[in-house]
Parts: sequence; structure tokens; C-alpha cells
Amino acid sequence: MVDSVTNTTTSSDKSQTTQGQETTTLWQVDIFPVAGQPNRLSSEVLDNATDLRVDESLEVIAARGFLIQGPLTHQDVARLTSELLVEPVVERCEFALVGSDSLSQPIGKLTNLLTVLPLPGVTDPQAESALMAMRHLGFPVDVVRTFKKFWTSSLSESDQNLLHSKILCNDSIEMIVVGKLELDELQLGQKYEFSKQDIPLANLSDEALMKISQDWTLSLSLIEMHTIRDHFEKLGRAPSDIELESIAQTWSEHCSHKTLAGRISYRDENGERQFENMLKETIFSATMQIRSDLGESDWCVSVFKDNAGIVEFDNSYNIAFKVETHNRPSALEPYGGANTGIGGVIRDTLGTGLGAKPICNTDVFCFASPDTPFEELPPGVMHPRRIMKGVVSGVRDYGNRMGIPTVNGAVFFDERYVGNPLVFCGNVGLIPKEKSFKEVQPNDLIVSIGGKTGRDGIHGATFSSAELTESSDITSGGAVQIGNAITEKMLMDVLLIARDRELYSSVTDCGAGGYSSAVGEMGEEIGAEVWLDRVPLKYDGLSYTEIWISEAQERMVFAIPESNWEQFEALCASESVEATVIGQFKPTGQLVLKYGDEIVGDVSMSMLHDGRPPIIREATYQPVPESDIPSFEFKTTAQWTTDLCKILASPNVASKHWIIRQYDHEVQGGSVIKPLVGIQNDGPGDAAVVRPVLNSRRGLAVSCGMNPLYGDLDTYHMATSAIDEAIRNCVSVGADPTRIAILDNFCWGYTDRPETLGSLVRAAIACQDLSVVLQTPFISGKDSLHNEFSYTDEAGSRQTISIPSTLLISAMGQVPDVANCITMDLKKAGNVLFQVGVTGDHLGGSHWNLVNNLSGGKVPTVVPERAKQTFIQLHHAIQKGLVRSCHDMSEGGLAVAVAEMAFAGGLGAKITTNEVGIEILPSDSDSQIELSYATAALLFAESNTRFVVEIARENVEQFRASMGDIDVQELGTVISEPNLTIEVASNTVIQSDLITLKNAWLGTLDWK
Amino acid sequence: MPQPNVLILRAPGTNCDQETGYAFDLAGGNSSFVHINQLIESPEMVSDYQILCLPGGFSYGDDIAAGRILASQMQSRLADVLAEFHSSGKLILGICNGFQILIKSGFLLPPDDQGLPATLTWNDSGRFVDCWVNLKTDNEKCVFLKNIEKMYLPIAHAEGKFVPRNKQVLNQLKGDHQLALSYCLANGSDDDLVYPDNPNGSTANVAGVCDTTGRIFGLMPHPERFIDPTHHPRWTREGNSAAGDGLALFQNAINFFKD
Repeated sequence: MVDSVTNTTTSSDKSQTTQGQETTTLWQVDIFPVAGQPNRLSSEVLDNATDLRVDESLEVIAARGFLIQGPLTHQDVARLTSELLVEPVVERCEFALVGSDSLSQPIGKLTNLLTVLPLPGVTDPQAESALMAMRHLGFPVDVVRTFKKFWTSSLSESDQNLLHSKILCNDSIEMIVVGKLELDELQLGQKYEFSKQDIPLANLSDEALMKISQDWTLSLSLIEMHTIRDHFEKLGRAPSDIELESIAQTWSEHCSHKTLAGRISYRDENGERQFENMLKETIFSATMQIRSDLGESDWCVSVFKDNAGIVEFDNSYNIAFKVETHNRPSALEPYGGANTGIGGVIRDTLGTGLGAKPICNTDVFCFASPDTPFEELPPGVMHPRRIMKGVVSGVRDYGNRMGIPTVNGAVFFDERYVGNPLVFCGNVGLIPKEKSFKEVQPNDLIVSIGGKTGRDGIHGATFSSAELTESSDITSGGAVQIGNAITEKMLMDVLLIARDRELYSSVTDCGAGGYSSAVGEMGEEIGAEVWLDRVPLKYDGLSYTEIWISEAQERMVFAIPESNWEQFEALCASESVEATVIGQFKPTGQLVLKYGDEIVGDVSMSMLHDGRPPIIREATYQPVPESDIPSFEFKTTAQWTTDLCKILASPNVASKHWIIRQYDHEVQGGSVIKPLVGIQNDGPGDAAVVRPVLNSRRGLAVSCGMNPLYGDLDTYHMATSAIDEAIRNCVSVGADPTRIAILDNFCWGYTDRPETLGSLVRAAIACQDLSVVLQTPFISGKDSLHNEFSYTDEAGSRQTISIPSTLLISAMGQVPDVANCITMDLKKAGNVLFQVGVTGDHLGGSHWNLVNNLSGGKVPTVVPERAKQTFIQLHHAIQKGLVRSCHDMSEGGLAVAVAEMAFAGGLGAKITTNEVGIEILPSDSDSQIELSYATAALLFAESNTRFVVEIARENVEQFRASMGDIDVQELGTVISEPNLTIEVASNTVIQSDLITLKNAWLGTLDWK
Repeated sequence: MPQPNVLILRAPGTNCDQETGYAFDLAGGNSSFVHINQLIESPEMVSDYQILCLPGGFSYGDDIAAGRILASQMQSRLADVLAEFHSSGKLILGICNGFQILIKSGFLLPPDDQGLPATLTWNDSGRFVDCWVNLKTDNEKCVFLKNIEKMYLPIAHAEGKFVPRNKQVLNQLKGDHQLALSYCLANGSDDDLVYPDNPNGSTANVAGVCDTTGRIFGLMPHPERFIDPTHHPRWTREGNSAAGDGLALFQNAINFFKD
């Protein structure tokens, strides 16, 4: 219905003789906003340039565009621009053959021309969609690629370098062309010449073996190389490259968790403990214990064995939950790393049982401070602000496109994440009860659907098991992938239909290790034969080994009975999804890899899955001596109030609205409690609640807990605190504490050091101890080890930055009827405020310490039985409708919790801590300091298992009765005046209007 | 007439189809989900339906521009059958991405000799945003907004800024009562709105547009995300209403065939 776009100007000053239907031509289309419309790309460059303090005189004009190759005439391209590429009303374009002078004319005084293109082979979703759309319109187009083009003013050489390398182009995925773009054609890859490669290991020295491990990025240890050498010696032949790669992938830390699921000899202040399989004997064993304690009422369905843990939800459905990390890729290319991180974890739930439907996402990040001065960054490290912006955009663009609400998250800042940012991506899936298990049948076809295979992410699994250095961004370019959410969305649509038509017997995702892991795992009990030459490729030239280990995104592997293949293939075709038979699960116990008629690999499944040599690792834990209370000056009211504002403004506590509003948190139509709540929809909710089944009132709550600062004092209490916090958040919105399942994600430093591994084992023991008492099962988990960054400093010495020991606990709770959910914002003047739980002098690792630059003090601990009873009693009170609002007390303690409740509700509060007892104080310290420290503890201690609740005056007695033996202390009342007043020992120590508090909290991360 | 049949169109990247179908069913309709490939293969199937709905999502990733590729596909493959569908007195609704598709295909505001009269483009913030907005209606013409004066609904989009080609286009649409839905403050005022009250910088605060018959309607806000009282962002403090504001829009569409 559209005839033309008038804003098209064209140019064709280069030779037209090459034109004609049969001659391939390469066209360039530059697209600009029309006058009066903002140039977003230019603004983004200028914003980033300001961040990096590039000369303020910088001017930029940017264009986006397409390179289009095919036998196309000038008229064809004119039609393409007007019918497809250029937005009416707001855009105009210029196009010509690539290399035409008209495309490289300076704009005014902007004489520097730069073009940024994705590197060949890097996923370019826009180009893929454009190509498909052009072909739909009937144009004979062969290849399309996008680009960005910039004209800039003159800059000093150093600023120019900064602009090129840190702003315009990330050389792990893009290349930059300075001046006129000259290209003859877009490469489509080169033809692959098959030749099988064997790697003789017999009689090699240890050095030679390790050289092979390193040269091939296998990340195999010497003992493992010995085992492989001996295995093939017994077979009387050399391994082929693909056999060695298959073993390395399967044995990699990433795929097999050989450290934590291995033998560990652990020693701490309580003595020694020997583990055959550390995870199995701590966290997994706790869950087994809980299941046996629960007996008939066990509600776990599948734990620690599938891609995600599964528990019961209602009479028809179970729910699956998984949280993954994608740290290394995000350090190199934040956008791609984060978007493939979320894409990967979504495939985990899709590949759980016979397929769960993803219903919500949770994303937690750790970065160095976004205000880190550029000159303080170690070499080779990207600025944390750029990493954060990239990661948030990556999660946003993938999650939103998948149509999955992102409802929960957290961000934690600490300078030690500077070289190793952490990106945790989680997904919850809903699965019909009867679809919760799967089993490959002998002779099922191996079918791959979704994306094609390219060189993306080769060696991702083994790379992610190695340490990052300043040259990682150069050596590991192949490990970076870019996602294409729509390919995965199409795959998901087809998978759920095929599941309900019972077309397949098993499914799993293609993640780290690519087909080698997916097929290897699925065929473990049976055996498999794979026909690598049949795998659909993005471009020619991949060797059989590259095909086998590529981590190209958006692929899943199915086991399909031969009789169902035709129907499955037709279903995929009807939704434009590519499906290919790439092998068969043959009952041989062998993994046979073929390329055409040639057998390129033939390894027994038992060698792959059970052949790894056991390694005993040493782990030691030396308790950090408890330190005295820190010395600090006696504080006045104004100073206490300033402390409160500082904590509210500290980036871990400050409002994350800049991130949250970029995520679609309401798609799927089941939103009950949103991430931001209160009278202006901007208060910090404790947990989000969704209703995954639209015609049911049952809700699902998702929350998390994490506090790496406690880990600096004691990883045991860090772990129990994280569990307590995750559960507190869930209980605060109305979730039933007897139906909360949790996940662990350990991100640690270099665990080959006994003391680093020791601190992890200690945390795992804590998880076991507390989860058993709380009867809160761990259902799945994941670890990421060796998160350290090494570089050479200016003085020439080698430096290593280890991340703080970081344990993320993610909780998935259930709400019997969402009508009983509550939020944290104060509701009504006159209502009474209570603290639930016991305050101690837990200022160690606190945010009050952090903002005052203090150290020392006691780390928060959990009293397990008390915690369990508190959660249960409080839940009963909430279920009875006695609680108008409830907020968990965490970073910043009582003062922060009450302040947040007040400004979220637009109501003031007047409270005293008279009823809040506190057992503390070493007697030999100065009494004024003691008093001051007691005040600090009452206001800001981060003691666990505490809540602030708001109760209508008429319900106070009933509430107290309902809480039974649990410590409940009256704090004061909600008032209509917009002020917060807190008294300690009859002295007013906090006094502020709400606007001041709220602005402190809103301002820190209120980015443009 | 019994339950009107609703065709919810799916395409690669559509993602609000299920809850939109649920909303139509709750309002008394009978929804089916049809993939664009299936519709292109047998376009005549559309005659079995009274309502065609293009739900929200990211059709083909919104690559190139939001809704552009599906718009181009519909234009080149379905123009005739949809023109016939419309001229037989039936209804077409586009929500969010569906609105973008209706605008960019020219179905909603047909092109004149200067091309398309208006488009939807990037939010002034340059970013995707999810937030709730107050809306008021001009329901003189729009079938879907009958008896609705104001609504409170969520938006969730990156490219929702309405830009007409010029002032004449805007005045004409306004005069024809085609600017059916616009952003406003809770008190109904719409002077000098800024973010987040006008969340994307739309000209004249336009949030939804209908065609000259009032039977094709596109809007950026998501009515299907406020059909249950607990969808409201402040239901825990303000109490439950009987139903969400969005439900009435679906009921109007269904009742159009019952009156």
C-alpha cells in the first residue's frame, strides 16, 4: 500500500556498467534521521566520549546502514530502501555502489570517516532478518551486512585511539575501517578441504603433553593428559583432534565441575573432613535429607540432575528453576556475553524434562564502581560503566524479545570485580507434571533445530575454565558469541508445540561445548553416531572438529523416534524453523563421529563420562580473627542522618530503576507484585510475584540474597546470611516458607589454592547446615571458578585481582492465593510499626562500615531454629491479613528499611528503638564509644532474620498473639507528615524529610 | 450472534499472543492463534473470523525497525484479503507491535501522494521502557473505546513515539476523531507532559489511533496487561477494583458483534 518514500536521495556516480540482473553488485545504503529528528547513534557516542573524557570539542554525525550483495539494479535498491530499509517520515537515505565517492564526502568540517562492521562470521541478527525480508519481497539478494558509519571532527591521536578502540568498536566482534570503505564482495567463507588429523601422544614428555593442552586450548591438566595418552596407547592408536577435543570438553570444569564434585581434603578450626564428592556430600545431601524428612509430603520432583531443578507447583504443573553465570564472555563483550547468558539459561529450562515454558527471568550482576577513574583501571580492562551498560542492554534486548518478564535482580559493586564482572542469569519455567522426565530411546534420531553452526564460541567451555589476563581479549576472540533472540523465540514456540504433540523422547540445550556436550550427555547410556557433514553451517570452511565443538547459539538437540520425524519436520517448517537429522542414538556404548564416510572419532561413552582421573585437592580454612569494634568519633544527630543518606545513596542500596524500567516485567500477563512498588511505583519491592497460570490464583515469588562483604570475614556466615536474605525477601511478599526452593551459584577465585578452595567448602557446609534446619531444599546450582585477573603493572610486577568470594542464593517461593500478597510501602497514617527478629551488634561487613570506611566488627549470623519459626509465624500473620506492609531488613539495617518503606509509601514514620533490646558491648571499651556503637548497631546492624512490619492499630493484639514466641518489638507509628524520626535511648538520632532520603536513594544510578 | 471468533496473528517474535487471547476469551470471544505462514498459505481462512488482532512482541526481532518486516510481508501478501475483511464491517486491533505493523503497512493510515502520513519511532529516551500511564480517549469514532473516558495501563516499548508528517496531517486526524487515545495526567490534564507521563515523546501525546471508520485501532499501551485487579501496580495499597481498565476494550470489540 506504500508507493514510495520521498526522502530518498540516490547517487550512482560509480560505474553503472557493472549493473544488470546477472552481475553481482555490492551496494551500500546509508540511513540518517531527517532534520529535526534526534541522531541516537551520535548521542550515544558523545555520551560515552564524555564518560571517557575525550576532548569536549568532539562532534559526530552517525549513520546506520546495510551492505547488500546480489545481482541488483539501481532501481531494485531504490525499491528496497523505500519498501523496507528506510523508515518513513523520520529517516532518509543515500545509496550507491560500495566505494563510490558520493558516500565518503566530508560533512562540513567533519572530515574523519569511520565505518564499523561486524567481523566476518559474527552473528548479525539485523542483517539476517533484512536478507530474509528482501528475499520475501522477491529480490535476488545473496548477502547482507549491517554497519555503522561515523564522521567526526579532528582529534588528538590519543583521543582518536580512545574513540576507535573504546567507544566505536569492540575488536573482539567488530572491525573499523578508516576513510572510504572499499570492498569487492562480502566473504561467504571458503571451501573446506577434508583431512583427518591425528595427534600422536605416545612417548611424549610431560612438557610436550602440556604444550598440546595449551596450544589447543584444552585446559587439561598433566594427569588428565597422561590418562588420555594411556587410554589411546591401550587402543594402539593416536587420538584424532576431535577425540581429544571431545574429552577436553566433557572433562572441562565448565561441563563436569570436576573441582567441586571431586575429592577434597578439607581442614578448618573444627578438624578435618574428607570428601569423595564435595557437592554431593554437602548441598545435594542436604536436599536428600529434607526429602526423606518430608516423606509423603516431599514436593521436590527432580533435583541436581536435569538442566534445571524441578519442584511441584499445583495439581497440573511443576516449576523448574536454573541460574547460570556468563562471566568470561561478558568481560570481553558485555552485550553479547549477557545476551547469550540469558539465551543460554532460557534453553536450560526449555531443555529440562521434556521442556518447560519460561515464565520469568532474574538477573544479578557484580561490577566495579561505575565511577572508577579511567586511569585506575588495570590494562586490558573495559570500564565498568561500559560493561554495565552493555550487560544491561544485552539482558534487556534478549529477555524482552523472548517475551519473558524479567522480574527480579540485584547489582553489587566492589572494586575487586574490575577484571571479572559477574553476570548471573536465571530463568523459571512452568512444566506440565507428566512432562517432567525424559529418556532417549535406542535408535532415536539426533535432530538439531534452531540456529546454524559457525565458528562462534569455539573453546568457550575450556576458556571459561581458565583465568583471564590482559591479553584475553586478543587470544580468545573466538569465544565471544552474539545472540539472536528471535531464532530462540521461534525455537521455543516449536518446542512447546512438539512437546504437547509428544513428538520426541528427549531434548537438551546446546550450551558450552556445543554438540559435543549435548550429544555426549544425551547418549551417555546408549551411544551415538553423529554425521557432522550434515550440520547446517552459517558459512563454508568449518572443519569437522569446529562443527562438533562450536558454541553457536540458539540450537537444541532432540531425540526423535524415526516414525515421528516427518511430522516434526513439517511442524518446524510451518514455523520457518530449520530442523536437521545429524545422527542417531545407536546402542553401541560408543560415540562415533563421521564426516561423510570417514570415521573421524570413536570414543567409548565410559571413557568420556567416567574416565577422568580423580584428583584430591587440598582445602584449608583459617578463621579470620574477630576484631575489636572499630574506633570512630562520637556522632551527632546530623551525622547519623548523613550516614543514613550515604547508605541510601551507596550504589548497592540505591534505586535500580534505570535498569528495571528497561526490562519488560509484565509480558505474559501474570504480573502481581512488580519490582518497583508504592505510591509512585518506585519503591524497592522485596520480591516479585507472578501468576504463571492465567486462570489460577496461585503465585510464584522470585528473590535473591547475596553479600560478598560478609565473605571477607567468614564465608560460612556469608552463606547462611545469603540464604536467610533470599528467604526473607520471599516471605516479605507473602510466599509460604515451607514451599521455597533455592539455588546456589558459587563464583570464586583461584580454587587451586587450598585456602581459596577452603573458603568455598566452608560456604557449602553452611548451605548444608542451614537448609536442613529450614527444610528449604537446594534444587540446582552452578559454579564458576578461577575468577581472577592478572596483569603487569606500571612498575613491571605481576598483579592478580581475585573477586571476593561470591555466593548468590536465588529463591523461588509459592503464594497459595495472590490476594494475600503484600508490599513494602507504608499504607496508612496511624498504623503501628514493629520490628520482627533480634538485633545484635552485627556491623562487620555492613554498609555502615562501608560508607564510613571502617572495618572490623561481627559478621551477621543466623540462628537456624529461630529463623525457621520466624518465617513460619510471620507467614501465618500475613496469611491472616494482619500485615499491611512488610520489608526485609538487610543492607543498612533498621534505618534503611524504615526509610525505604516511608518514601515508597509517601508517609512518614516516628519510631524509637526502646523496645529493641541489644546484647553487645565489650566492657573494656570507652563508654561513650560503646553507646555510640550501640546506636550504630540499633540503626544499621545487618543482623539476619529481621523484618519491619506495619500493622493496623486494631490488629496489634492479634498480630502479637499470632507471632507467639517470636521476638516482636513495637517501633512507633506511621504519620502523615513526610518526615522520618528515629529515637535511640530518648535521643533523636535520625531526623529527615522524606524528599531528602528519597533523592539520595534515587540519584546515584539515575542515568540518562 | 454467538461468540465472535478472534484471530490472534502470530509471527516470529510475537510474544503477547497468549494473554491477549485470554483477554478476548474473558470478554466473551473465541480466540485462535494463527501463524503468519499459515495465513499467507490460506488467506481465505480469515473469513471465519470477526476480529483480527495483531498482538505485541518483536515481530522478526523488530530488526530494521519495529514491525517493519511483518508490515512489508502483510502489505505484499495480504493486502487484498485484509481490505475485504475490513470492508465487510469487521474489526482489526493492533497492540504495541501490532500498532507499529498497522501504521507501517499503511492499513491504519493509508499513504497519500507523499507516502505514509505518520510513523512510530524511537522513544525520546532512546530506550525500551516499561511503566504505567494515564490515558484519555476521543471515543467519537473508535469502536474499541466506546463508553471509555479514561484508562490506566502499562506501556512496554522502545519505538512508540508517534510522529505525523506535518501539522496538517495531525490536525486532520484530530478533526476526524482518529487520535483516539492520548497520554495525560491522572487528573486528565495534558499540557506540557514530559517523561514518564508522556513516556516516549509522542507528538500531541498520541498513544493510539483509529482509521476513518473507527474499526481499525492501534495503540501502544497494553490493555491485556490490566484485566485482573492484581495487575494494577498499587492494588496492595488502593484495594481491588472489580476488573482491570483494559478489559472494557476487549468487551467493546466483542459486543460490537452482539449489539
